[in-house]
Amino acid sequence: MAETKIKPYTMNFGPQHPAAHGVLRLVLELDGEVVERADPHIGLLHRGTEKLIEYKTYLQAVPYFDRLDYVSPMCQEHAYALAVERLLGLEVPERGQYIRVLFSEITRILNHILNLTTYALDVGAITPSLWGFEERELLMEFYERVSGARLHAAYFRPGGVHQDMPAGLAEDIWEHTESFHKFVDDIEGLLTENRIFKQRTVDIGIVSAEEAMAWGFTGPMLRASNVAWDLRKAQPYDVYHRMDFDVPVGLTGDCYARYLLRVEEMRQSNRIIRQCLEQMPKDGPIKVNDRKIAPPPRGEMKQSMEALIHHFKLYTEGYHVPEGETYAAVEAPKGEFGVYLVADGTNRPYRCRIRAPGFAHLQGLDFMSRGHMLADAVAIIGSMDIVFGEIDR
Amino acid sequence: MADRNLSELGETLLARLDPDISEFRVVGHELTIDVRRGAIERVLTFLRDDGGAAFEQLIDITAVDHPEREERFDVVYHLLSLKQNHRIRVKLTTDEEAPVPSVAAIYPTATWFERETWDMYGVFFADNPDLRRILTDYGFEGHPLRKDFPLTGYVEVRYDEDQKRVVYEPVKLNQDFRTFDFLSPWEGMTRPPLPGDEKAEGQTSEDR
Repeated sequence: MAETKIKPYTMNFGPQHPAAHGVLRLVLELDGEVVERADPHIGLLHRGTEKLIEYKTYLQAVPYFDRLDYVSPMCQEHAYALAVERLLGLEVPERGQYIRVLFSEITRILNHILNLTTYALDVGAITPSLWGFEERELLMEFYERVSGARLHAAYFRPGGVHQDMPAGLAEDIWEHTESFHKFVDDIEGLLTENRIFKQRTVDIGIVSAEEAMAWGFTGPMLRASNVAWDLRKAQPYDVYHRMDFDVPVGLTGDCYARYLLRVEEMRQSNRIIRQCLEQMPKDGPIKVNDRKIAPPPRGEMKQSMEALIHHFKLYTEGYHVPEGETYAAVEAPKGEFGVYLVADGTNRPYRCRIRAPGFAHLQGLDFMSRGHMLADAVAIIGSMDIVFGEIDR
Repeated sequence: MADRNLSELGETLLARLDPDISEFRVVGHELTIDVRRGAIERVLTFLRDDGGAAFEQLIDITAVDHPEREERFDVVYHLLSLKQNHRIRVKLTTDEEAPVPSVAAIYPTATWFERETWDMYGVFFADNPDLRRILTDYGFEGHPLRKDFPLTGYVEVRYDEDQKRVVYEPVKLNQDFRTFDFLSPWEGMTRPPLPGDEKAEGQTSEDR
């Protein structure tokens, strides 16, 4: 049989493709079905968040953070709140800190459920997403009960959280944590030893520890390459230093290791949630008691002229942040999410730089997919946990 | 990370890289060093390879625009050391023309961060392997995060039914761009007064 020569060709993947997890245009250079070069074209969801924040007061900037990585909103508010608090020199009351850690971990579970199930969908399994989205809905109900919104919560504010948890919520979250491991077991039963799932993920997209460091990978992408680094342990913020949890690491650095790691992180998050509920002071302030930063309660405004004036000033002019700069980072579900804030002493940020973990991860797609089949590129994108809200900003 | 250790690290860096680092400061548990523009490659290589510094990861590159200055841009690098568990901020200044040496050869992740800084601010990075625009539209003009770039931009797009394609048009605002001056004096808030509070001090008897 005569040897047929296959011409290398270029293929456009996206911008509207269900496996691209958003609006990613990927220009692939293929030799047959083997990827030779992957060039992600991003920015199709660019909304100019950083520019818009420069025109908003510090409080008005909070909702923009929900809309970055829209599957883990509260973790991003957390980074922004920490940055503003650092410049203002605020100490958040203990109960406020516990509530923030509690909801950061609920957010982590929400994010990981979405990632793992859609990832499974990308490589051919539909059932996990059907089961997982039901579970997500239960957790988003907690979101709704505490903040009024299922997704765009705007709940973590500089100085604490917006409102205290409503009565009965803590008990319901506790009840949920008792049965949560059952859900994780079910998902694992579907995927962990699934022959097709393993064929699609084991030894695909291997990242060595050195590569992960050099390419600026953080979070599960770094830990799956056997680097035990977690900002919650290494540079704890709020009450993470009181939490007892393990940092799982992957040994192989492939797509399967990243899957296993996220499953284990969900279990650890569940542990942290339970510890928060146990240790949390039963009542007490949830935001700083400083009327120049945090608004007065509604009831007080009906009686006190002073409270009314403070409320009006806070929601029109806002507070002034003293001149300075800071970089605050949190361990968001996808990796290190950082906010570099430059304040010039007025009521608006002079510069608010958002460091999104997914931006660095997507850049690594080129070297990770090189030499793999086209279908493996889909598995790699799925394992990266890509959300375009934060990459394009 | 204790402030004292960061100061020690700053002192060491200042001594070791003397002409290239002009200053270091530790403000609020964060170490910042100012670097000469041409020496950024040498400084970052040292920071990565030196055992006491050991900054294995480049976390972020960005810029800050100060249009009133002669060299209007601060280019800001954030580095993280996993081994030593500390962070550093490296700053240098540049203008619209002067190229900043790329650090993509030292930290490969810098490629995209430099692309973004180029896209948003127009800071040119010499020897970046792939200095295309990244976040803005194909054929976009201008650098949107500069302070003199209007928030609304210059062009808007819509789908034209006759031409059967997306067309670019100058921005038309149906409602005027709203800029409220909220910088009113709020007495008793802070001493010394903050920017904007001059209005309170500047009041004459006639105003009252």
